[in-house]
Amino acid sequence: MRITREPSYEDAPKWQVEALRRHVVTFFANVGHAGRLAVESLACLPGVLARGDSRASLVRQLYVAGIRTLPVISVVGLFTGMILGLQVGLALSQFNQESLLGATVMLTLIREMGPFVTGICLSACVGSAMAAELGTMTVNDEVAALEIMSISPVKYLAAPRIGALLLMSPILAFYACVLGVVGGGLVGYTQLNVPFQQYMASAISIAGVKDLFVGLLKATIFGVVIGAVGCHEGFTTRLGAVGVGRATQRSVIISFLLILMFGYMVTRMFYFEFSV
Amino acid sequence: MIRFENVVKRFDGRAVLDGVSFEVAKGEVLAVVGPSGTGKSVTLKHLVRLLTPTSGKVWLEDVEISAATGRTLEAVRERFGYLFQGGALLGWLTVAENVALPLRERLRLPDGEVESRVAEALAAVEMLDAADRYPAEISGGMQKRAGLARAIVRHSDIILYDEPTSGLDPVTSVTINRLIRRLNRERGITSIVVTHDLQGALLFADRILMLKSGHVVELSAPETFVRSTNPEVREFLDAQFITPDLLEKKL
Repeated sequence: MRITREPSYEDAPKWQVEALRRHVVTFFANVGHAGRLAVESLACLPGVLARGDSRASLVRQLYVAGIRTLPVISVVGLFTGMILGLQVGLALSQFNQESLLGATVMLTLIREMGPFVTGICLSACVGSAMAAELGTMTVNDEVAALEIMSISPVKYLAAPRIGALLLMSPILAFYACVLGVVGGGLVGYTQLNVPFQQYMASAISIAGVKDLFVGLLKATIFGVVIGAVGCHEGFTTRLGAVGVGRATQRSVIISFLLILMFGYMVTRMFYFEFSV
Repeated sequence: MIRFENVVKRFDGRAVLDGVSFEVAKGEVLAVVGPSGTGKSVTLKHLVRLLTPTSGKVWLEDVEISAATGRTLEAVRERFGYLFQGGALLGWLTVAENVALPLRERLRLPDGEVESRVAEALAAVEMLDAADRYPAEISGGMQKRAGLARAIVRHSDIILYDEPTSGLDPVTSVTINRLIRRLNRERGITSIVVTHDLQGALLFADRILMLKSGHVVELSAPETFVRSTNPEVREFLDAQFITPDLLEKKL
């Protein structure tokens, strides 16, 4: 895949309508470009794993995406569970149904909130950093230098990053769910008088393999989306430092929107038949 | 060997290159000069297809670079070394690892050969002492020299230099200019050098091409260039206090 550094249009638009049309066309072109980047990066992964240098690069990205985001994910996961536990517990207590607290928190976390908060954290911490790093490399001609050396920036730069998010995102989402469930249990025990054992029994009894699968699938998709958006924004950065700032900002906004959209689509795909 | 045929390049409706045509012979050193923003670096980027002309064609021998894709483009790029303005070194690799990058990632040479070729390239730019340092730990001039080592390590037969001496002290500038000439003489490397250092260009270039407002204003040997009666060339020469007498003294 060629990393282009040219504007989509070489002449200025004559009318506002034309400018709007170009924005729409450019948006879909960018989505297509990011999608292709993701597919090509994933196709490169076996090659990345096969070579020592590339593996080292992947390990470095796994560390960046996984270990360095662990403190944030821990706090966010724990507090998400605590907030859920408190809000749901208060609502359930009105109907004397506190015994369902564990099941409710577990389902909400595993199906939606766990992957969602993980995606948000990864987008803010890792996706934005990817866009900034690759954007700086692009405006400093480092990406162009790789291209001239016939070293594919997709394979050398994007594949380890997207691959790392693909692997780490479901692991981190699972970790966030576990902490969230524990957080909900702590709130239930300390503030709603729900015994911890009862809470955990209720939580474990409701969680099915399908719920776990859908949650991890979502997290995996979010990881790839965040990586692809971050790399795409980085590779298409122009206009120096200002451009790097814009690329970073855009990567976070676009990732947030896509996380919400893909989250909805996956939920609808797997759970819609049960809701009618 | 290299041919630009009526190349036009527009950005946002503005023609940065407006019908540029010239040829570069094998083994020649061509200096491209001109005021800032006249399309010198853009010209260079067309040669490795980092940019594609709005119209016109760029040729390397019988291959149209401006239309090359896939393996053809890779084969074209194999023949070029490119020194970017800032060196364009990867920040997480040492100088030696940066220079070794095309040998390891692209050519997949054995470690022994990589090490010997890296040492040879670093010695050519007098950077052996800094082999284990990271780009952030060395000066801008050293980064450029490391970038040059990376450009020559593949033994390419054409090297493109994008302002190799800008921002460097006079002594380092002279070292780089001599190196350009030495690489040309010893290895027969065809070179295109975008530069503001006209005094240096007069010494290392076989011909000088001056661009202004996207047009070729002058293309001639240094001796002819300094005697040009073209008012735009004269203005450019006068601004740098270059006279035919000065060139003769330097030669």
